[in-house]
Amino acid sequence: MTRVVPFLLVIAALMFMRAPFMIDAAPYESTMGLVQKIFYFHVPAAITTFLSVFVCGIASAIFLVRRKRMADHVAVAAAELAVLFGLMVIVTGPLWARKAWGVWWTWGDARLVMTFVMWMVFVAYLLLRKFGGPGSEVLAAAAGIFGMVLVPFVYWSVNYWRTVHPSTDVIRTLPPEMSSVLSWCIYSFFVLYAALLLLRTQLESHRASLDEAFLALED
Amino acid sequence: MSGVLRAAWLIARKDLRVEARNREIAYTTLFFAMSCVLIFAFAFIVEGQPLADAAAGILWVAVTFSGTLALGRAFERERQSETLRALLLAPVERAAIYLGKLLALLTLMIGVELVIVPVIGILFAAPLARAPWLLASLVATGTVGFGAVGTLFAAMLVRAQSRDVLLPVLLYPMVAPVVIAGVRGTAALFAAEPDFAAAGTWLTMLVFFDAVFVTLALWLFGPVMRE
Repeated sequence: MTRVVPFLLVIAALMFMRAPFMIDAAPYESTMGLVQKIFYFHVPAAITTFLSVFVCGIASAIFLVRRKRMADHVAVAAAELAVLFGLMVIVTGPLWARKAWGVWWTWGDARLVMTFVMWMVFVAYLLLRKFGGPGSEVLAAAAGIFGMVLVPFVYWSVNYWRTVHPSTDVIRTLPPEMSSVLSWCIYSFFVLYAALLLLRTQLESHRASLDEAFLALED
Repeated sequence: MSGVLRAAWLIARKDLRVEARNREIAYTTLFFAMSCVLIFAFAFIVEGQPLADAAAGILWVAVTFSGTLALGRAFERERQSETLRALLLAPVERAAIYLGKLLALLTLMIGVELVIVPVIGILFAAPLARAPWLLASLVATGTVGFGAVGTLFAAMLVRAQSRDVLLPVLLYPMVAPVVIAGVRGTAALFAAEPDFAAAGTWLTMLVFFDAVFVTLALWLFGPVMRE
């Protein structure tokens, strides 16, 4: 399984090398101009974050019910990646917002607040794993499932609460020359995500076997 | 099902009886909630007048902070003499234990709220009598949502290291939807021009959150507390 990681990394690298040229060639958005182009990284990062949250939540549920160690390793890897890609979303969002709305951040927006809340849940997940001591993987699994349940609230909150964030319809109504660039970026992020997830899962398995070996030696 | 509810009631009654003997959680939590009000009063009063929505915010800060204190203490009690293990060994369903602990916590929290809400109403000139039932429903559903998640995580963390820090760290982001809905709903009620429709919408959302959180916590409590 992990043999594909180098290939995936090379493909991701090539795709990310081409992405800036495609983004450069894409047409300018009429009102926002250059600053709109951050969208090509912001949206894929957000989609990848949500994907990672779901991977973590489902892996956590499998771990809780079936107690498969592998599921737990996937959950840790996915949680870390959710925090990483989430950070990317939270950094690129304000860069755009400063130009488009005139402020870095607004608390009045459901999408922003809920994304931040979800990101905090997964930071808390990592803190729990790091400082919770033995047995914390079971507790973390419950936290991961709760984090996943928050996602629909994040997604649909836009429709229920006053929001200035562009709605999810934007993506469906993009002109083709823009949406092709966006798809390219989304696939690049997915390939990178797959490579990192496999790598981190493998690392976690090694760490767990090392811990076990160490405990066996002590006994 | 009636067996589960009966067991839950017995566990809640046990908790409340322990509490009634020394009233430790009730007194300390109540005083802590008052301290929160004091600190926030200095933050949100400008030239002698409270800021708009300050009362709603302070109310929910007091509820969540004092609730965290009560949660931590309630499970510390079970840990001290290893009674949680005895509870888990008892021939009742896990769901009953969860419901019992939740019921006891909610009783305590609502008791504290019965004092703290009028106090905030007086100190911050909040119009409590404008829609008392709507306000009571908002506070009650918010408390249930907070308690549902809090009881699950406090029970889980009983054996974890650095549990005192991890409980708020985990709990606050998770109950953020509940707190947001509670504060916005209460603020809509307290505003100079009250928006009852908005408060009603937030109340509906709180009921929805409660249903999701209680269901999820009931389902998770078993596998998490397996030992």
